[in-house]
Amino acid sequence: MGFLRLKGRSLVKGEVEGEALVTSQPISFFGGVNPKTGFVVEKNHELYGEKVTGKILVFPYGKGSSVGSYVLYAMARYGTAPLAIINLKTDPIIAVGCALANIPLIDRLDKNPLETIKTGDKVKVFLDGWVEVEG
Amino acid sequence: MYLTREEEKMLDGEYGEGLAKCMRLLVVLGEIFEAEKMVRVKSCHVSGVSYKNIGEPGLELLKSFAMENVRVKVKKTTLNPSGMDRKKWRRMGLPENFVQKQTEILKAFKRVGVNLTCSCTPYLAGNKPKPGDYVAWSESSATVYVNSVLGARTNRESGLSALASAITGRTPYYGYLLDENRKPNVKVKVKFKPSNVVEAGGLGYLIGKIFPERVPFFSGLGFMDFDWLKALGAGLASSGAVTLYHVENLTPEAKLFDGKCLAEAEKFEVEREDVKKAVEDLSEAEERFDAVFLGCPHYSLNQLKDVAYFLRGRKVKAKLWVFTSRSVYVKAKGLGYVGLIEKAGGLVLCDTCMVVSPLENLGLECVCTDSCKAAHYLPSTNRVKVKVKSPFECLEAIS
Repeated sequence: MGFLRLKGRSLVKGEVEGEALVTSQPISFFGGVNPKTGFVVEKNHELYGEKVTGKILVFPYGKGSSVGSYVLYAMARYGTAPLAIINLKTDPIIAVGCALANIPLIDRLDKNPLETIKTGDKVKVFLDGWVEVEG
Repeated sequence: MYLTREEEKMLDGEYGEGLAKCMRLLVVLGEIFEAEKMVRVKSCHVSGVSYKNIGEPGLELLKSFAMENVRVKVKKTTLNPSGMDRKKWRRMGLPENFVQKQTEILKAFKRVGVNLTCSCTPYLAGNKPKPGDYVAWSESSATVYVNSVLGARTNRESGLSALASAITGRTPYYGYLLDENRKPNVKVKVKFKPSNVVEAGGLGYLIGKIFPERVPFFSGLGFMDFDWLKALGAGLASSGAVTLYHVENLTPEAKLFDGKCLAEAEKFEVEREDVKKAVEDLSEAEERFDAVFLGCPHYSLNQLKDVAYFLRGRKVKAKLWVFTSRSVYVKAKGLGYVGLIEKAGGLVLCDTCMVVSPLENLGLECVCTDSCKAAHYLPSTNRVKVKVKSPFECLEAIS
């Protein structure tokens, strides 16, 4: 058990608390996640079979399809979206999706979130870009 | 971020709430990526068209946009494939309900003034920017093509940010619009000459996986026709987030990068075996399949010609669908290619593609394609297994 405070850039502001789901692989929401169920469906992805709904989803940045923003928006409407997204360095497709769907988005933390946050950790995201991790 | 008076007026709602919404989205993007200003765009390409992909939430969002009475400022604004061929949708076995919803989406786009090109190869359908033009393109395979092969400049736009740019005529000035970010940072020495479109796409797929956010510089490739470059980019942009590459002695910006810049780049070597392995990993091992789907990205006139000539005097024994843009279709029809393919039992479809059309109802278990991009997406978007073969191998196997 440990406690850690990280500081990042709060891009879409929000204050939430939840369990982390971490991957070092980029994500394409289109074709990568089923918006109706929230499960990762990309065959060779590290998170294949995992559910992102209600999680603090930590990944490096988006990849692939430009329809990803619509998928994030649809997930928010269906209630299957992640609670918040933490990126190493976000990209325009994730950023637009989060802005539109109002999913809190933080990137460029002062410590590498892919190494300091572990799946299952309790994570609290603050409005000003602070992130508290309890694992 | 600096905005001109005109841009501030748009943002403040002086031209209506629709335009203000679009400007807000672009300002948010600009602030996230620390853009100093907006620049005018000459061309836009908008993805997020199929009802299968954007669903009811997407349709409602677009309708609400259309209701704001906004019109695109950028005349050269084209649209990505929808979920259906507007004329032959019955032959695709699509449910009426889907067709109705898809039609509503197309109507919303038409209302804001977007050309209903419905193709992922807008550069073969009248939207072909010039080198150095600032543009806002979504559709990952088209974005990488316009940057790399045409030398115009765009970021990896989402469908929505590209639409916002079409409506405002602006995009934030950052990322791949700037000289410094267009420099290659990994030099990929290719130790073989691709012999078909699958090897070109497979090379892209492999490099996109290993270097998902880099600007690769390929050397040793020798001659690559536009169809192979199209496949190379589509591969890079589906396994990774690559949206710009250079090919030595071929793509327009390759010559700008002197020895020094390349000397600083990371080095990587690829053998034919590496690409074969990457394609095998994407492909089902078993030989049995129920259909051949070609045209991801949309086939060019040359590719349709090759299929047509191959099928002369043959009959296909399985479902064969070939996807292209409507403008290429019209030319191909005039030249007799569509006739040859359909006489052999195939179907040439426009406005849609295998990835964004709902094909679950066709009862297919495994399809064969020449596209690594399609092989990447189809198992999750249409729940089918995929076999990857060269176009001629695909056709030989069923005719």
